Amino acid sequence: MFKKTTLALALASCFMFPLASQAEGTIVGLITKTNTNPFFVKMKEGAEAKAKELGIELRSFAGKKDGDNDSQVQAVENLIAAGAKGILITPNDSKAIVPAIEKARAAGLLVIALDTPLEPANAADITFATDNFKAGELIGQWAAKSLGDKAADAKIALLDLNASQISVDVARNQGFLKGFGVDLKDPKKMGDEDDKRIVGNDITEGSEEGGRRAIENLMQKDPSINVIYTINEPAAAGAYEGLKALGKEKEVLIVSVDGGCPGVANVKAGVIGATSMQFPLLMASKGVEAIAAFAKDGTKPTTTEGLDFFDTGVELITDKPADGINSINAEEGTKKCWG
Amino acid sequence: MSTESSGSPTAEFEKVAAAAAARGTVASFEPERLTLLERLQRFMHNYPTAAPAAVLLLAIAIFYLIVGERFLSPFNLSLILQQVVIVGMLGAAQTLVILTAGIDLSIGAIMVLSSVVMGRFAIEYGVPSGFALMIGLITGAICGGINGLLITRFRLPPFIVTLGTWSIFFALTLWYSESQTIRSQDISANASLLQWTGITFDLWGARITVGSIMLILLFAVLWYALNYTAWGKHVYATGDDPQAAQLAGIQTKYVLLSVYIVAGVIAAVAAWALIGRIGSVSPQAGVNANLDSITAVVIGGTSLFGGRGAIFGTLVGALVVGVFRNGLALAGVDVLWQEFAIGVLIIVAVALDQWIRRA
Repeated sequence: MFKKTTLALALASCFMFPLASQAEGTIVGLITKTNTNPFFVKMKEGAEAKAKELGIELRSFAGKKDGDNDSQVQAVENLIAAGAKGILITPNDSKAIVPAIEKARAAGLLVIALDTPLEPANAADITFATDNFKAGELIGQWAAKSLGDKAADAKIALLDLNASQISVDVARNQGFLKGFGVDLKDPKKMGDEDDKRIVGNDITEGSEEGGRRAIENLMQKDPSINVIYTINEPAAAGAYEGLKALGKEKEVLIVSVDGGCPGVANVKAGVIGATSMQFPLLMASKGVEAIAAFAKDGTKPTTTEGLDFFDTGVELITDKPADGINSINAEEGTKKCWG
Repeated sequence: MSTESSGSPTAEFEKVAAAAAARGTVASFEPERLTLLERLQRFMHNYPTAAPAAVLLLAIAIFYLIVGERFLSPFNLSLILQQVVIVGMLGAAQTLVILTAGIDLSIGAIMVLSSVVMGRFAIEYGVPSGFALMIGLITGAICGGINGLLITRFRLPPFIVTLGTWSIFFALTLWYSESQTIRSQDISANASLLQWTGITFDLWGARITVGSIMLILLFAVLWYALNYTAWGKHVYATGDDPQAAQLAGIQTKYVLLSVYIVAGVIAAVAAWALIGRIGSVSPQAGVNANLDSITAVVIGGTSLFGGRGAIFGTLVGALVVGVFRNGLALAGVDVLWQEFAIGVLIIVAVALDQWIRRA
């Protein structure tokens, strides 16, 4: 019996069911990178709630895993065929998806890239995203301010995502370093800085296990590390476990980016010093609104002043505010967190 | 492998017989004079763990020269052991499967599913953590059983079956956990037994975790089982030549089924070690674990064709990868080249395996 139900469940999960609501008329498509990451789960929730409110039909698709471009191309084609008015997409492969997107736009659909821009960015009508560079900058400034005079001879460990130098990874890392006051050399490249304060970069795959292994190895390289930048909160949690095993968790500052609920809870618990929260729910609901407006009278969304995308905002979450940097405390952050 | 040249009237065995006759012996199993290389080949054929062990010692020596004292400190070496606990355990499970000429691509997914089950039972349902642990181990056994049944009952190739169940178990993990992470603090407050594998104590400057000890014990138990029990002999025989094993009266179906179930249980033990190491329970953990476990097995000298290999080789294989990662990181090598080096290691290991098989 158990086996049968598991199989049925598993079979059901193998197919991507477009979630049709009752509404007639306008169809909006949402295509996320995966349907596993809480970030995208939240995005879908935001889009669904907004679509329901506006009485339009949302159809959701996702890649099977990170980097799965084929499923996303198929989803775009299906949406064109279904006569959708617009598509919201977090591309798995910013370059490879472009031909499919061009087809969609030629067919008169409004295409909005969420979270991750296409390459080139103008292949989509507009991008709704977190300013990841700014997210990094905020935690960098906060770390430098919190250390005060000690920032001049800090020892920094950088826990990145992977070896591919993808845009989000680079923007957060370089933003952090700029905020901390490190000369970036090439702001499009991680790991080319020669500031004496940087102990090293290592990769985490954005997971707890990766975070722990990375900090263990970097601590072996230089036990005096006192600032750790992490690509996301799971990596931060893993790094903290590693520090705890070494008995160093009290003397090291960890900063991160994301604003997931476990991460905010870790700010409250003193595991993470500060994190930059992003707003996936807002990204998706604003996206649905924009497509609804476009369907009504053809108005297209516009970018944020001074940027080439629509900035959905970041907010610094910390219980130890620093002078001159706007932030909210973890208590407040808990009301806004996702995942 | 003998090549028959049409011009020669004599077959291979006749030549050998003639040569033997000329030496005044009729037939003998005494090897003729072997070159040093051939001797090495024979030796490695008889002791499958020798090659990876040599690679491990060489790697340690090289990194000692590059990095210096820091690399060879008891503390750093014990750290590498900690870092390979999870891959090592999954590698042990994978070795059993590969010895039967199968493969288990779902092993990492079984581990994550078991860890999520343990975490949710202990934290969400509030059952005693010892009980939650048992449920997790049973989950691993059931997953392994599903693999084994599909392979033996429906005669499906292991590669395809476990490719499928990999997706299935992964999807179940996400559904069951609702993609939520259970934080380390919640576990240590309510179910510290789940983190018991992460407890450390110091010994001559080295830092040993309970997980590290469990890893060594697991390999010792499997080593005994494979070498000194009928079951172990059956596993080897089934992998080497299933037809022959069948004819010899071995119930190969049950051997295969038992191997997949044991592998599932070991994956659940690895889940316990995982919770001890990362503190939290995360459905996103261990994404690459299945492939990493196969890497350890291959570098450890177990043949992917089944029937040849030694369990301790896998532990050495996992340590080789761990030494490379840690050593390259301490030497400040870019992560990109770390990946490159691991890839080269795998190819070299497989090439070596092919060469040894010709002995």
